[in-house]
Amino acid sequence: MIPALNAIVPMACVVAAGIAAMIAEAFNPPDERMPIAPLGVIGLAGAALASAALWDKNASSFGLVSADNFGLFVTGILVVVGLLSLSISPPTIDREDLPRGEYYALMLFALAGMMLMATATDLLVIFLALEVLSIAVYVLTGIRRDSPVATEAAFKYFLLGAFSSAFFLYGIAFTYGVTGSTRLDRIGSVLAAQSLNATPMTLAAVGLLIVGFAFKVSAVPFHMWTPDAYEGAPPPVTAFMSTGVKAAAFAAFVRVFLSALEPLRASWSTVLWPVAASTMIVGTVVGVAQTSVKRMLAYSSIAHGGYLLLALISGNDIGKGAVLFYLLTYAVTNIGAFGVIALLEDRDRPNDQVSDYAGLWHDHPVLAALMTIFLLSLGGFPPMAGFIAKWYVFSAAIKSGYVGLAIIGVLTSVVSVFFYLRIVVMMYMTPASETIARFPPVPKIAGAALVVSALAIFYLGLLPARVLDWAAASISTIF
Amino acid sequence: MHFPILTSLITLPIVGAILLLFVRDDERSEGTVRAIALVVSTLVFAETLLLWYHFNAASAEFQFVERHAWIPAFGISYFVGVDGISLLLVVLTGFLTPVALLSSWESVHQRARAFAIFILLLESAMIGVFVSLDLFLFYVFWDAMLVPMYFLIGIWGYERRIYAAIKFLLYTMAGSVLMLLAILGLAYLHNVATGQYSFDLLQLYQLSISGQAQFWLFLAFALAFAIKVPLFPFHTWLPDAHVEAPTAGSVILAGVLLKMGTYGLLRFAFPLFPAAAVYFAPLLATLAVVGIIYGALVAMVQPDMKKLVAYSSVSHLGFVVLGIASMNMQGTQGAVYQMIAHGISTGALFLIVGMLSDRRHTRLIAEYGGLKNVMPHLVAAFLIVTLSSIGLPGLNGFVGEFLILLGAFKWNPRMAAFAATGVILSATYMLWMFQRVNYGTVTNEKNARLVDLRPREWLVIVPMIVVVVLMGIFPNIFLKPTGPSVERMLNQVQQGSAPARIEAQATSPEPRVSGVRVASPEPRAPK
Repeated sequence: MIPALNAIVPMACVVAAGIAAMIAEAFNPPDERMPIAPLGVIGLAGAALASAALWDKNASSFGLVSADNFGLFVTGILVVVGLLSLSISPPTIDREDLPRGEYYALMLFALAGMMLMATATDLLVIFLALEVLSIAVYVLTGIRRDSPVATEAAFKYFLLGAFSSAFFLYGIAFTYGVTGSTRLDRIGSVLAAQSLNATPMTLAAVGLLIVGFAFKVSAVPFHMWTPDAYEGAPPPVTAFMSTGVKAAAFAAFVRVFLSALEPLRASWSTVLWPVAASTMIVGTVVGVAQTSVKRMLAYSSIAHGGYLLLALISGNDIGKGAVLFYLLTYAVTNIGAFGVIALLEDRDRPNDQVSDYAGLWHDHPVLAALMTIFLLSLGGFPPMAGFIAKWYVFSAAIKSGYVGLAIIGVLTSVVSVFFYLRIVVMMYMTPASETIARFPPVPKIAGAALVVSALAIFYLGLLPARVLDWAAASISTIF
Repeated sequence: MHFPILTSLITLPIVGAILLLFVRDDERSEGTVRAIALVVSTLVFAETLLLWYHFNAASAEFQFVERHAWIPAFGISYFVGVDGISLLLVVLTGFLTPVALLSSWESVHQRARAFAIFILLLESAMIGVFVSLDLFLFYVFWDAMLVPMYFLIGIWGYERRIYAAIKFLLYTMAGSVLMLLAILGLAYLHNVATGQYSFDLLQLYQLSISGQAQFWLFLAFALAFAIKVPLFPFHTWLPDAHVEAPTAGSVILAGVLLKMGTYGLLRFAFPLFPAAAVYFAPLLATLAVVGIIYGALVAMVQPDMKKLVAYSSVSHLGFVVLGIASMNMQGTQGAVYQMIAHGISTGALFLIVGMLSDRRHTRLIAEYGGLKNVMPHLVAAFLIVTLSSIGLPGLNGFVGEFLILLGAFKWNPRMAAFAATGVILSATYMLWMFQRVNYGTVTNEKNARLVDLRPREWLVIVPMIVVVVLMGIFPNIFLKPTGPSVERMLNQVQQGSAPARIEAQATSPEPRVSGVRVASPEPRAPK
């Protein structure tokens, strides 16, 4: 194989799987049902193998894509996201009669875009990757064409996303104007040379880039689209985008801000401080007031973005590792939670109000137990993975002296426990209002995926040392 | 390499819980579920007794130590061990869990399997809290323990159980997350001083911390523990949790969980931050004395027996904190003793209230009266337990309170004088309640045909009374193992807060970093 292409092998596998999915759908007789999801699994397995082979090799393609350990770790997270999302999708696709070929193809293309975003080392390629993943996710959000809620969600997401892309592009243009390059390493060296007197132009560039990224990671005050999009999209898509998009966007965020824009840290950290604080506070406080489980988890994902921002601002070696570990934990946990929501959805009713969960313990004891594990992990209880992830983030904050943010972080996580527990209260402590079997039976593959997520949560919570070492090794190669 | 007895104590209940997952969850297998849970918890108790048997009471060191790397990059290890202070608490946990399980046989029919699983998981976490010598591990158990307790209160509790369960969990968590930050800060200070992160308690004991840092870190730790104790004015979660919890939950809550707060003060807050401890001791003691009197006065006017016992816990735990704050041998040993004694006598009180409420489905004092004529055996047990709670000489409550008051008097006679009124008040509210419930004529028809102690209830209450008497007559059995450990702890606090510490050579190979030394014997308050 041509060595120059090595770095893009993982995403090439995923793209190939996506194309195969489209072809399979196109040449599929209408009355025959062909399993398309396994194609995606094959592609993702290829991506995983390729990433494992590239580990520690620091491969680079065209000077634009760098498969360093950081990017590969995020690629690994995305493979996990992809596999879990693929396995929880079939029940929803069957029930809603979604176009399966397009669904899987879009999901795989989005994944390829995410992987590119995580490994790109040039602002324009990052933008390209951002568009690839965004457009696929816009379509996925609105894939229930006959549902007004889904259409509205997709439209909102698209409009605001297009806006943020424009901001981001503006930021790239300003950066190019200041430094004469879009490549991260060159931007970094030029900025380092002139870091003592940051010009207004430079600050404008940084500000616009922050706006662009903040939209994608749904940081306050750019979070408005999140609850609507998460509520309108089919639950497996919500699971996919709440974890995958976040992982890819944070990977690029970290790469751009902690390498290229590192010399301007004093400037951007003063801006990001209030953003992180308000993201944590708004995410949890507004989450308390929600009655829809989906919206509640949407606000919770906003709050989790705040914790990730806290790790990013801390910016030390712990913080960078914390971002990676947190993204992995969050991916496994959140997909699990949305997976449960997806399995409880019925054709006639979405079953997504908090009160719909009453008595779930009696109807589906295993699903209730799994949901409890996911929620407790999101709330940061030991011995679940969420605790280790939060502990890692707060260690980073303490080390860099952001005690104020750390205090906001721990207190908001207590508040968030309140709304996670509302669901637990419903499931375990409130009798069901009706006794008929309201919830559809659980398909095997999707159920297995949830059990695997739960086991992963316990593994990461009880024996995190190995993954923590990987995360630490990932950040040492590039920063 | 010896048999890892502490690890087996932590894992045995978990194994039992996993085993229970494979039992069918329906009415017919209820007996199997109970038998498994009871056997497992009795085995754990037997093992804790074995631990006590092999414990070297003359040594102040941590014994049965096990250490395995867990997250080496951060100096986190699985590090457990017991000394005299934690030994008795582990035994207490082992003792109360089977009792609590037995007590629930009548009242818990719904979802008996889940109930047993949560109790066993809770036991494992409680033992973990007491044996952890790594702050990270300690925090993991400390927080993990909240979840099963939350479910116990929330699922099997009384009317307002959900409110009480959430209040319990959020209160405790709000305190403990700040402690988490303080633990992280401590590990960071260790990193600054030695270049390595460490959560190892024994290494952190060696760390010298500036007065300012001690001030804040102590506050964070003390807040978490004060909520757990609960110290006035952080006690408001306790009456709700106690009243709404099922009997087994109340027994464990009062018997073991509350002790975690005072244990934390003894094990972590005081020895880690000696200068701040000396600085804050008067404040802690004042709150404790306020709690003693306030708890007693509020207990006096409660119409509900469970609430009365709950407020009496606030009062009794105030004594424990006072003993710890006095920081001398008598006070602290008395505090440790009182922790055990309170666990037994309040646990027994909750058991008896539970027996009454199983029969009558009410806990209001006014609903009862003249029970002595109906169920003499139960009332006899009730009397012994009541007297032990008051602190009658010859029973367990007396020794602890006496030692604490002695210690407090040596330190600050005024505090002791105020606290002593609590002893009188406790006699008032307990005896008054006892009299209204048990003496006089049977005024309520429903009470006329109540059955006396059933065989299972004999099995529950007799061991408790045996321990009550044993602790009262032979206090030395329980005082001896704690002596050396308490002494070591006090030495540590005294050395740490003494001026000599300033000149002491630190272990750090690093050049001195400002802000990591003790500045003065009396830490400055922050400006």
